[in-house]
Amino acid sequence: MSITTSAATTSPALSVSLDGVGRSFDGSRKVLRDIDLEIAAGEIVALLGPSGCGKSTLLRQVSGLDAPTAGTVRIDGAEVTGIDQRAAVAFQEPRLLPWRSIRRNVEVGLARHTDRAEGAARVEQLLELVQLSHASQLRPRQVSGGMAQRASLARALARNPGVLLLDEPFGALDALTRLTMQDLLLDIHAVEPATILFVTHDVEEALYLADRVVLLGVESGYKADSGAVIRSVITVPGKRPRDRGNAALAHLRAELLDGLGVSTHHPAHTL
Amino acid sequence: MRSSVPGRRSTIRELPLGARIALGAALPLALLALWQFIIVLDVVPSYRLPSPTAVFLAGVDLQNRGLLGIHVLISTQRVLIGFAVGSIVGLVVASFVGLSRLGRYLVSPFLSGVRSIPSLAWVPLLGLYLGINEDSKVTLIAIGAFFPVYTVVSHALRNTDPQLLEAGRAFGYSGVRLLGLVQLPSAIPSVVSGLRLALAQSWLFLVAGELLGASMGLGFLLTDSNNNGRIDRLFLTILLLGLLGIITDAIVGVLERFLLKRWGA
Repeated sequence: MSITTSAATTSPALSVSLDGVGRSFDGSRKVLRDIDLEIAAGEIVALLGPSGCGKSTLLRQVSGLDAPTAGTVRIDGAEVTGIDQRAAVAFQEPRLLPWRSIRRNVEVGLARHTDRAEGAARVEQLLELVQLSHASQLRPRQVSGGMAQRASLARALARNPGVLLLDEPFGALDALTRLTMQDLLLDIHAVEPATILFVTHDVEEALYLADRVVLLGVESGYKADSGAVIRSVITVPGKRPRDRGNAALAHLRAELLDGLGVSTHHPAHTL
Repeated sequence: MRSSVPGRRSTIRELPLGARIALGAALPLALLALWQFIIVLDVVPSYRLPSPTAVFLAGVDLQNRGLLGIHVLISTQRVLIGFAVGSIVGLVVASFVGLSRLGRYLVSPFLSGVRSIPSLAWVPLLGLYLGINEDSKVTLIAIGAFFPVYTVVSHALRNTDPQLLEAGRAFGYSGVRLLGLVQLPSAIPSVVSGLRLALAQSWLFLVAGELLGASMGLGFLLTDSNNNGRIDRLFLTILLLGLLGIITDAIVGVLERFLLKRWGA
Protein backbone atom coordinates (compact mmCIF):
# COMPACT_ATOMS: atom_id res chain seq x y z
CA MET A 1 0.00 0.00 0.00
CA SER A 2 1.71 3.14 -1.15
CA ILE A 3 0.85 6.50 0.31
CA THR A 4 1.15 9.55 -1.85
CA THR A 5 2.82 12.39 -0.03
CA SER A 6 2.82 14.95 -2.77
CA ALA A 7 1.66 18.36 -1.66
CA ALA A 8 -0.16 19.15 -4.86
CA THR A 9 -2.27 16.03 -5.12
CA THR A 10 -4.75 15.03 -2.51
CA SER A 11 -5.07 11.34 -1.75
CA PRO A 12 -8.37 9.79 -2.74
CA ALA A 13 -10.85 9.11 0.02
CA LEU A 14 -10.80 5.49 1.20
CA SER A 15 -13.58 3.19 2.27
CA VAL A 16 -13.75 1.81 5.82
CA SER A 17 -15.27 -1.50 6.71
CA LEU A 18 -15.89 -2.88 10.20
CA ASP A 19 -16.64 -6.57 10.42
CA GLY A 20 -17.85 -8.01 13.71
CA VAL A 21 -15.65 -5.61 15.68
CA GLY A 22 -15.66 -6.01 19.44
CA ARG A 23 -13.46 -4.68 22.22
CA SER A 24 -13.41 -5.93 25.77
CA PHE A 25 -11.12 -4.92 28.62
CA ASP A 26 -9.70 -7.14 31.36
CA GLY A 27 -11.10 -10.17 29.56
CA SER A 28 -14.69 -9.66 30.63
CA ARG A 29 -15.85 -6.04 30.53
CA LYS A 30 -17.17 -5.55 27.01
CA VAL A 31 -17.29 -2.04 25.62
CA LEU A 32 -18.22 -2.87 22.03
CA ARG A 33 -19.48 -6.00 20.32
CA ASP A 34 -20.62 -7.13 16.88
CA ILE A 35 -20.06 -3.83 15.11
CA ASP A 36 -20.66 -4.19 11.37
CA LEU A 37 -20.42 -1.03 9.33
CA GLU A 38 -19.52 -0.20 5.74
CA ILE A 39 -18.48 3.37 5.07
CA ALA A 40 -18.11 4.43 1.46
CA ALA A 41 -15.14 6.48 0.30
CA GLY A 42 -15.82 10.17 0.80
CA GLU A 43 -18.77 9.63 3.09
CA ILE A 44 -19.25 11.58 6.32
CA VAL A 45 -20.48 9.37 9.15
CA ALA A 46 -21.34 10.50 12.68
CA LEU A 47 -21.01 8.15 15.65
CA LEU A 48 -23.59 9.21 18.18
CA GLY A 49 -24.26 7.75 21.58
CA PRO A 50 -24.48 8.46 25.30
CA SER A 51 -21.33 9.22 27.31
CA GLY A 52 -19.04 6.27 27.85
CA CYS A 53 -20.79 4.03 25.33
CA GLY A 54 -17.61 3.29 23.39
CA LYS A 55 -17.78 5.85 20.56
CA SER A 56 -14.18 6.92 21.06
CA THR A 57 -13.10 3.31 21.54
CA LEU A 58 -14.61 2.46 18.13
CA LEU A 59 -12.74 5.36 16.55
CA ARG A 60 -9.50 4.15 18.12
CA GLN A 61 -9.98 0.76 16.47
CA VAL A 62 -10.11 2.43 13.05
CA SER A 63 -7.04 4.60 13.71
CA GLY A 64 -5.07 1.63 14.97
CA LEU A 65 -4.33 3.36 18.29
CA ASP A 66 -6.10 0.37 19.82
CA ALA A 67 -6.74 -3.15 18.50
CA PRO A 68 -10.11 -4.89 18.58
CA THR A 69 -10.43 -8.12 20.60
CA ALA A 70 -12.84 -9.47 17.98
CA GLY A 71 -13.46 -8.85 14.30
CA THR A 72 -11.48 -6.84 11.77
CA VAL A 73 -11.22 -3.26 10.62
CA ARG A 74 -10.31 -2.62 6.99
CA ILE A 75 -9.39 0.56 5.24
CA ASP A 76 -9.73 0.32 1.47
CA GLY A 77 -9.97 -3.45 1.83
CA ALA A 78 -6.67 -3.84 3.69
CA GLU A 79 -6.76 -4.78 7.36
CA VAL A 80 -5.70 -2.20 9.94
CA THR A 81 -2.83 -3.50 12.07
CA GLY A 82 -1.24 -0.95 14.33
CA ILE A 83 -1.18 2.80 13.76
CA ASP A 84 -2.49 3.23 10.24
CA GLN A 85 -0.93 6.00 8.24
CA ARG A 86 -3.82 6.11 5.77
CA ALA A 87 -5.97 7.52 8.58
CA ALA A 88 -5.39 10.66 10.65
CA VAL A 89 -6.88 11.65 13.98
CA ALA A 90 -7.97 14.90 15.58
CA PHE A 91 -8.77 14.61 19.26
CA GLN A 92 -11.27 16.40 21.45
CA GLU A 93 -8.38 18.39 22.92
CA PRO A 94 -6.07 20.04 20.39
CA ARG A 95 -3.06 18.15 21.85
CA LEU A 96 -0.59 20.58 20.32
CA LEU A 97 3.01 20.53 21.51
CA PRO A 98 3.22 23.69 23.64
CA TRP A 99 6.85 24.44 22.75
CA ARG A 100 6.25 24.44 18.99
CA SER A 101 4.66 27.20 16.94
CA ILE A 102 1.33 26.52 15.23
CA ARG A 103 3.16 25.96 11.95
CA ARG A 104 5.64 23.52 13.49
CA ASN A 105 2.75 21.67 15.12
CA VAL A 106 1.03 21.23 11.77
CA GLU A 107 4.32 19.88 10.40
CA VAL A 108 4.09 17.01 12.90
CA GLY A 109 1.21 15.66 10.82
CA LEU A 110 3.22 15.38 7.61
CA ALA A 111 3.85 11.85 6.44
CA ARG A 112 7.36 10.57 7.12
CA HIS A 113 9.93 11.22 4.37
CA THR A 114 7.90 14.05 2.90
CA ASP A 115 10.08 16.24 0.72
CA ARG A 116 11.00 19.44 2.63
CA ALA A 117 9.74 21.91 0.09
CA GLU A 118 6.61 19.92 -0.59
CA GLY A 119 5.94 19.61 3.13
CA ALA A 120 6.35 23.34 3.66
CA ALA A 121 4.01 24.07 0.76
CA ARG A 122 1.45 21.62 2.12
CA VAL A 123 1.57 23.18 5.60
CA GLU A 124 1.22 26.64 4.08
CA GLN A 125 -1.79 25.52 2.08
CA LEU A 126 -3.44 23.95 5.14
CA LEU A 127 -2.80 26.96 7.36
CA GLU A 128 -4.62 29.01 4.76
CA LEU A 129 -7.45 26.49 4.58
CA VAL A 130 -8.05 26.62 8.34
CA GLN A 131 -7.46 30.40 8.38
CA LEU A 132 -4.39 30.35 10.58
CA SER A 133 -1.79 31.85 8.24
CA HIS A 134 -1.66 35.00 10.37
CA ALA A 135 -1.07 32.97 13.56
CA SER A 136 1.43 30.44 12.24
CA GLN A 137 4.31 31.75 14.37
CA LEU A 138 2.34 31.81 17.65
CA ARG A 139 2.61 29.15 20.34
CA PRO A 140 -0.51 27.13 21.24
CA ARG A 141 -0.98 28.95 24.56
CA GLN A 142 -1.19 32.24 22.67
CA VAL A 143 -4.20 31.27 20.56
CA SER A 144 -7.87 30.65 21.35
CA GLY A 145 -9.40 27.20 21.78
CA GLY A 146 -11.03 27.40 18.35
CA MET A 147 -7.73 28.32 16.69
CA ALA A 148 -5.92 25.48 18.46
CA GLN A 149 -8.58 23.04 17.30
CA ARG A 150 -8.18 24.34 13.73
CA ALA A 151 -4.46 23.73 13.99
CA SER A 152 -5.18 20.20 15.18
CA LEU A 153 -7.42 19.68 12.16
CA ALA A 154 -4.73 21.00 9.81
CA ARG A 155 -2.18 18.66 11.45
CA ALA A 156 -4.50 15.71 10.76
CA LEU A 157 -4.93 16.76 7.13
CA ALA A 158 -1.20 17.24 6.54
CA ARG A 159 -0.57 13.62 5.56
CA ASN A 160 -3.38 13.63 2.96
CA PRO A 161 -5.33 11.00 4.88
CA GLY A 162 -7.79 8.78 3.06
CA VAL A 163 -9.79 8.63 6.29
CA LEU A 164 -10.16 11.48 8.76
CA LEU A 165 -11.12 10.43 12.28
CA LEU A 166 -12.46 13.14 14.56
CA ASP A 167 -13.09 12.41 18.24
CA GLU A 168 -15.59 15.02 19.43
CA PRO A 169 -13.50 17.62 17.64
CA PHE A 170 -15.66 20.60 18.61
CA GLY A 171 -16.88 19.26 21.95
CA ALA A 172 -14.78 21.60 24.07
CA LEU A 173 -15.60 24.74 22.09
CA ASP A 174 -18.23 27.35 22.87
CA ALA A 175 -21.53 27.04 20.98
CA LEU A 176 -20.87 29.80 18.48
CA THR A 177 -17.34 28.71 17.63
CA ARG A 178 -18.64 25.20 17.21
CA LEU A 179 -21.09 26.28 14.48
CA THR A 180 -18.32 28.12 12.63
CA MET A 181 -16.06 25.09 12.90
CA GLN A 182 -18.76 22.81 11.51
CA ASP A 183 -19.01 24.99 8.40
CA LEU A 184 -15.22 25.05 8.16
CA LEU A 185 -15.15 21.25 8.27
CA LEU A 186 -17.62 21.10 5.38
CA ASP A 187 -15.50 23.59 3.40
CA ILE A 188 -12.46 21.42 4.09
CA HIS A 189 -14.31 18.31 3.01
CA ALA A 190 -15.18 20.00 -0.27
CA VAL A 191 -11.49 20.75 -0.93
CA GLU A 192 -10.00 17.62 0.64
CA PRO A 193 -12.66 14.95 0.20
CA ALA A 194 -11.45 12.37 2.73
CA THR A 195 -13.82 9.89 4.31
CA ILE A 196 -14.78 11.37 7.67
CA LEU A 197 -15.81 9.38 10.71
CA PHE A 198 -16.55 11.58 13.67
CA VAL A 199 -17.71 11.07 17.22
CA THR A 200 -20.21 13.46 18.72
CA HIS A 201 -22.84 13.59 21.42
CA ASP A 202 -24.49 16.55 19.74
CA VAL A 203 -27.53 15.46 17.71
CA GLU A 204 -27.69 18.78 15.84
CA GLU A 205 -24.05 18.46 14.84
CA ALA A 206 -24.57 14.91 13.60
CA LEU A 207 -27.58 15.90 11.49
CA TYR A 208 -25.88 19.00 10.10
CA LEU A 209 -22.65 17.33 9.03
CA ALA A 210 -23.20 13.65 8.36
CA ASP A 211 -24.50 11.61 5.45
CA ARG A 212 -25.38 8.90 7.91
CA VAL A 213 -25.69 8.86 11.68
CA VAL A 214 -24.76 5.70 13.53
CA LEU A 215 -26.41 5.41 16.93
CA LEU A 216 -24.38 3.36 19.39
CA GLY A 217 -25.69 2.06 22.67
CA VAL A 218 -26.37 -0.95 24.84
CA GLU A 219 -29.42 -2.93 23.69
CA SER A 220 -32.40 -2.62 25.97
CA GLY A 221 -32.63 -5.52 28.38
CA TYR A 222 -28.86 -6.03 28.39
CA LYS A 223 -26.47 -5.14 31.16
CA ALA A 224 -24.17 -2.14 30.66
CA ASP A 225 -21.02 -4.30 30.46
CA SER A 226 -22.47 -6.49 27.70
CA GLY A 227 -21.04 -3.99 25.21
CA ALA A 228 -22.52 -1.35 22.95
CA VAL A 229 -23.89 -2.29 19.55
CA ILE A 230 -25.18 -0.30 16.60
CA ARG A 231 -28.73 0.56 17.62
CA SER A 232 -29.66 2.18 14.33
CA VAL A 233 -28.18 3.80 11.25
CA ILE A 234 -30.02 6.83 9.94
CA THR A 235 -29.48 8.29 6.50
CA VAL A 236 -29.79 12.04 6.70
CA PRO A 237 -31.81 13.43 3.79
CA GLY A 238 -30.80 16.50 1.80
CA LYS A 239 -27.57 17.85 0.43
CA ARG A 240 -25.05 19.81 2.47
CA PRO A 241 -24.89 22.55 3.50
CA ARG A 242 -28.18 21.91 5.23
CA ASP A 243 -30.54 24.47 6.62
CA ARG A 244 -29.95 24.41 10.36
CA GLY A 245 -33.65 25.19 10.88
CA ASN A 246 -34.90 22.51 8.51
CA ALA A 247 -38.19 21.19 9.88
CA ALA A 248 -37.83 17.92 7.96
CA LEU A 249 -34.93 17.00 10.25
CA ALA A 250 -37.02 17.58 13.35
CA HIS A 251 -38.44 14.08 13.44
CA LEU A 252 -34.96 12.61 12.95
CA ARG A 253 -33.73 14.72 15.83
CA ALA A 254 -36.57 13.40 17.98
CA GLU A 255 -35.82 9.84 16.92
CA LEU A 256 -32.12 10.18 17.76
CA LEU A 257 -32.76 11.90 21.08
CA ASP A 258 -35.18 9.14 21.90
CA GLY A 259 -32.47 6.64 21.04
CA LEU A 260 -30.17 8.47 23.44
CA GLY A 261 -32.80 8.10 26.13
CA VAL A 262 -33.76 11.77 26.20
CA SER A 263 -37.41 12.74 26.31
CA THR A 264 -38.10 15.21 23.49
CA HIS A 265 -41.72 16.28 24.11
CA HIS A 266 -41.93 16.42 20.32
CA PRO A 267 -45.34 15.76 18.75
CA ALA A 268 -43.81 14.14 15.64
CA HIS A 269 -42.37 11.48 17.89
CA THR A 270 -45.80 10.05 18.60
CA LEU A 271 -46.62 9.65 14.89
CA MET B 1 -8.03 25.01 30.22
CA ARG B 2 -6.76 27.16 27.41
CA SER B 3 -6.72 30.90 27.52
CA SER B 4 -8.71 32.69 24.87
CA VAL B 5 -6.62 35.81 25.47
CA PRO B 6 -3.39 35.81 23.47
CA GLY B 7 -0.17 36.26 25.42
CA ARG B 8 -1.55 35.36 28.82
CA ARG B 9 1.92 35.09 30.31
CA SER B 10 2.59 38.77 29.87
CA THR B 11 -0.22 39.66 32.27
CA ILE B 12 2.10 38.93 35.23
CA ARG B 13 4.50 41.84 35.05
CA GLU B 14 8.14 41.32 36.00
CA LEU B 15 9.72 43.91 38.29
CA PRO B 16 12.49 46.05 36.74
CA LEU B 17 16.02 44.65 37.14
CA GLY B 18 17.09 47.43 39.52
CA ALA B 19 14.22 46.72 41.89
CA ARG B 20 14.94 43.00 41.81
CA ILE B 21 18.61 43.54 42.68
CA ALA B 22 17.69 45.98 45.46
CA LEU B 23 15.19 43.53 46.98
CA GLY B 24 17.61 40.63 46.71
CA ALA B 25 20.35 42.60 48.46
CA ALA B 26 18.07 43.93 51.19
CA LEU B 27 18.30 41.00 53.62
CA PRO B 28 22.09 40.45 53.35
CA LEU B 29 22.67 44.18 53.87
CA ALA B 30 20.35 44.25 56.84
CA LEU B 31 22.23 41.32 58.33
CA LEU B 32 25.54 43.10 57.74
CA ALA B 33 24.20 46.21 59.46
CA LEU B 34 23.04 44.15 62.43
CA TRP B 35 26.43 42.46 62.60
CA GLN B 36 28.25 45.82 62.60
CA PHE B 37 25.80 47.15 65.20
CA ILE B 38 26.58 44.25 67.55
CA ILE B 39 30.31 44.90 67.08
CA VAL B 40 29.84 48.60 67.88
CA LEU B 41 27.91 47.72 71.03
CA ASP B 42 30.90 45.52 71.95
CA VAL B 43 28.80 42.92 73.78
CA VAL B 44 30.33 39.83 72.13
CA PRO B 45 34.08 39.14 72.50
CA SER B 46 36.00 39.18 69.18
CA TYR B 47 37.08 35.57 69.50
CA ARG B 48 33.40 34.64 69.22
CA LEU B 49 32.35 37.21 66.63
CA PRO B 50 34.90 39.00 64.42
CA SER B 51 34.03 42.41 63.04
CA PRO B 52 33.10 42.78 59.36
CA THR B 53 36.30 44.76 58.94
CA ALA B 54 38.39 41.96 60.47
CA VAL B 55 36.82 39.45 58.08
CA PHE B 56 37.51 41.75 55.14
CA LEU B 57 41.11 42.20 56.26
CA ALA B 58 41.51 38.44 56.62
CA GLY B 59 40.51 38.23 52.98
CA VAL B 60 42.97 40.92 51.97
CA ASP B 61 45.68 39.16 53.95
CA LEU B 62 45.04 35.84 52.19
CA GLN B 63 44.95 37.63 48.87
CA ASN B 64 48.33 39.27 49.57
CA ARG B 65 49.82 35.87 50.24
CA GLY B 66 48.39 34.68 46.96
CA LEU B 67 46.22 32.04 48.65
CA LEU B 68 42.68 33.39 48.32
CA GLY B 69 42.49 32.97 44.55
CA ILE B 70 43.95 29.46 44.77
CA HIS B 71 41.41 28.31 47.35
CA VAL B 72 38.51 29.77 45.39
CA LEU B 73 39.72 28.50 42.02
CA ILE B 74 40.48 24.94 43.08
CA SER B 75 37.11 24.65 44.80
CA THR B 76 35.27 26.11 41.82
CA GLN B 77 37.10 23.72 39.52
CA ARG B 78 36.17 20.72 41.66
CA VAL B 79 32.54 21.82 41.80
CA LEU B 80 32.30 22.39 38.07
CA ILE B 81 33.91 19.07 37.08
CA GLY B 82 31.91 17.10 39.66
CA PHE B 83 28.72 18.89 38.68
CA ALA B 84 29.29 18.20 34.98
CA VAL B 85 30.08 14.52 35.47
CA GLY B 86 27.29 13.96 38.00
CA SER B 87 24.60 15.67 35.97
CA ILE B 88 25.55 13.96 32.69
CA VAL B 89 25.45 10.54 34.37
CA GLY B 90 22.23 11.66 36.06
CA LEU B 91 20.63 12.50 32.71
CA VAL B 92 21.64 9.16 31.20
CA VAL B 93 20.39 7.08 34.13
CA ALA B 94 17.22 9.18 34.38
CA SER B 95 16.45 8.49 30.71
CA PHE B 96 16.88 4.76 31.30
CA VAL B 97 14.70 4.77 34.40
CA GLY B 98 12.14 7.23 33.07
CA LEU B 99 11.63 5.59 29.68
CA SER B 100 11.94 1.86 30.24
CA ARG B 101 9.98 -0.29 32.60
CA LEU B 102 13.00 -2.54 33.09
CA GLY B 103 15.04 0.48 34.15
CA ARG B 104 12.38 1.62 36.55
CA TYR B 105 11.99 -1.69 38.35
CA LEU B 106 15.64 -2.68 38.21
CA VAL B 107 17.43 0.54 39.07
CA SER B 108 15.05 2.87 40.84
CA PRO B 109 14.68 0.96 44.18
CA PHE B 110 18.46 0.58 44.41
CA LEU B 111 19.07 4.26 43.76
CA SER B 112 16.51 5.41 46.29
CA GLY B 113 18.56 3.45 48.83
CA VAL B 114 21.84 4.99 47.70
CA ARG B 115 20.26 8.46 47.71
CA SER B 116 19.65 8.27 51.45
CA ILE B 117 23.35 7.81 52.26
CA PRO B 118 24.62 11.08 53.76
CA SER B 119 27.56 12.76 52.02
CA LEU B 120 29.89 12.34 54.99
CA ALA B 121 29.41 8.56 54.94
CA TRP B 122 31.06 8.41 51.52
CA VAL B 123 34.18 10.28 52.63
CA PRO B 124 36.12 7.43 54.26
CA LEU B 125 35.17 4.92 51.54
CA LEU B 126 36.18 7.19 48.68
CA GLY B 127 39.42 7.99 50.46
CA LEU B 128 40.10 4.30 50.91
CA TYR B 129 39.35 3.20 47.34
CA LEU B 130 40.21 6.23 45.21
CA GLY B 131 42.90 7.65 47.45
CA ILE B 132 43.30 11.12 48.86
CA ASN B 133 43.42 13.07 45.62
CA GLU B 134 41.32 15.06 43.19
CA ASP B 135 39.45 11.98 41.95
CA SER B 136 37.87 11.16 45.27
CA LYS B 137 36.80 14.78 45.85
CA VAL B 138 35.34 15.20 42.38
CA THR B 139 33.60 11.82 42.66
CA LEU B 140 31.92 12.86 45.88
CA ILE B 141 30.67 16.07 44.26
CA ALA B 142 29.48 14.08 41.26
CA ILE B 143 27.47 11.84 43.59
CA GLY B 144 25.95 14.96 45.09
CA ALA B 145 25.08 16.40 41.68
CA PHE B 146 23.77 13.11 40.31
CA PHE B 147 20.74 12.70 42.54
CA PRO B 148 18.83 15.93 41.99
CA VAL B 149 19.16 15.54 38.21
CA TYR B 150 18.29 11.85 38.31
CA THR B 151 15.29 12.29 40.59
CA VAL B 152 13.69 15.27 38.86
CA VAL B 153 14.35 14.19 35.27
CA SER B 154 13.33 10.54 35.61
CA HIS B 155 10.12 11.66 37.26
CA ALA B 156 9.44 14.13 34.45
CA LEU B 157 10.10 11.55 31.73
CA ARG B 158 7.85 9.02 33.43
CA ASN B 159 5.06 11.55 33.67
CA THR B 160 5.07 12.88 30.14
CA ASP B 161 1.54 13.96 29.19
CA PRO B 162 -0.02 10.71 27.88
CA GLN B 163 -2.29 12.69 25.58
CA LEU B 164 0.67 14.26 23.80
CA LEU B 165 2.38 10.88 23.59
CA GLU B 166 -0.72 9.37 22.03
CA ALA B 167 -0.98 12.24 19.56
CA GLY B 168 2.64 11.65 18.59
CA ARG B 169 2.00 7.94 18.13
CA ALA B 170 -1.11 8.66 16.07
CA PHE B 171 1.07 10.58 13.62
CA GLY B 172 3.44 7.68 13.17
CA TYR B 173 6.11 8.62 15.72
CA SER B 174 7.61 5.90 17.90
CA GLY B 175 10.83 5.02 19.72
CA VAL B 176 13.63 7.54 19.37
CA ARG B 177 11.60 9.79 17.07
CA LEU B 178 8.81 10.01 19.66
CA LEU B 179 11.43 10.70 22.34
CA GLY B 180 12.74 13.63 20.34
CA LEU B 181 9.28 14.91 19.47
CA VAL B 182 7.54 14.72 22.84
CA GLN B 183 9.40 13.31 25.84
CA LEU B 184 12.71 15.18 25.76
CA PRO B 185 11.29 18.63 24.95
CA SER B 186 8.62 18.30 27.61
CA ALA B 187 11.26 17.29 30.17
CA ILE B 188 13.48 20.30 29.50
CA PRO B 189 12.01 22.53 32.23
CA SER B 190 12.65 19.68 34.68
CA VAL B 191 16.18 19.19 33.38
CA VAL B 192 16.88 22.83 34.07
CA SER B 193 15.51 22.76 37.61
CA GLY B 194 17.37 19.50 38.23
CA LEU B 195 20.62 21.14 37.12
CA ARG B 196 19.96 24.08 39.37
CA LEU B 197 19.43 21.86 42.41
CA ALA B 198 22.46 19.78 41.45
CA LEU B 199 24.71 22.80 41.39
CA ALA B 200 23.60 23.86 44.85
CA GLN B 201 24.14 20.31 46.08
CA SER B 202 27.63 20.29 44.50
CA TRP B 203 28.75 23.15 46.70
CA LEU B 204 27.40 21.32 49.75
CA PHE B 205 29.31 18.16 48.85
CA LEU B 206 32.46 20.16 48.11
CA VAL B 207 33.00 20.95 51.76
CA ALA B 208 32.56 17.30 52.70
CA GLY B 209 34.92 16.34 49.86
CA GLU B 210 37.62 18.69 51.04
CA LEU B 211 37.65 16.92 54.36
CA LEU B 212 39.46 14.21 52.37
CA GLY B 213 42.91 15.41 53.30
CA ALA B 214 42.81 18.51 51.15
CA SER B 215 45.58 21.12 51.29
CA MET B 216 43.70 23.64 49.19
CA GLY B 217 40.17 24.78 48.67
CA LEU B 218 37.44 26.46 50.67
CA GLY B 219 36.55 23.30 52.57
CA PHE B 220 40.17 23.01 53.64
CA LEU B 221 40.23 26.69 54.60
CA LEU B 222 37.14 26.10 56.70
CA THR B 223 38.55 23.16 58.69
CA ASP B 224 42.03 24.73 58.87
CA SER B 225 40.67 28.01 60.23
CA ASN B 226 38.56 26.14 62.71
CA ASN B 227 41.56 24.14 63.95
CA ASN B 228 43.65 27.30 64.33
CA GLY B 229 40.93 29.38 65.93
CA ARG B 230 40.94 31.82 63.01
CA ILE B 231 37.30 32.77 63.30
CA ASP B 232 37.77 35.71 60.94
CA ARG B 233 38.84 33.29 58.18
CA LEU B 234 35.98 30.98 59.11
CA PHE B 235 33.50 33.78 58.52
CA LEU B 236 35.30 34.73 55.33
CA THR B 237 35.02 31.18 53.97
CA ILE B 238 31.34 30.91 54.78
CA LEU B 239 30.69 34.22 53.05
CA LEU B 240 32.72 33.13 50.01
CA LEU B 241 30.79 29.85 49.75
CA GLY B 242 27.51 31.76 49.82
CA LEU B 243 28.76 34.25 47.26
CA LEU B 244 30.01 31.54 44.87
CA GLY B 245 26.69 29.75 45.22
CA ILE B 246 24.82 32.90 44.22
CA ILE B 247 27.10 33.53 41.23
CA THR B 248 26.94 30.01 39.80
CA ASP B 249 23.19 29.84 40.41
CA ALA B 250 22.76 33.10 38.52
CA ILE B 251 24.68 31.64 35.57
CA VAL B 252 22.38 28.61 35.51
CA GLY B 253 19.46 31.03 35.85
CA VAL B 254 20.46 32.70 32.57
CA LEU B 255 20.59 29.29 30.88
CA GLU B 256 17.20 28.49 32.40
CA ARG B 257 15.57 31.63 31.00
CA PHE B 258 16.96 30.87 27.57
CA LEU B 259 15.82 27.23 27.58
CA LEU B 260 12.38 27.95 29.00
CA LYS B 261 11.80 30.63 26.40
CA ARG B 262 12.58 28.13 23.70
CA TRP B 263 10.98 25.00 25.19
CA GLY B 264 8.62 26.20 27.91
CA ALA B 265 4.86 26.05 27.53
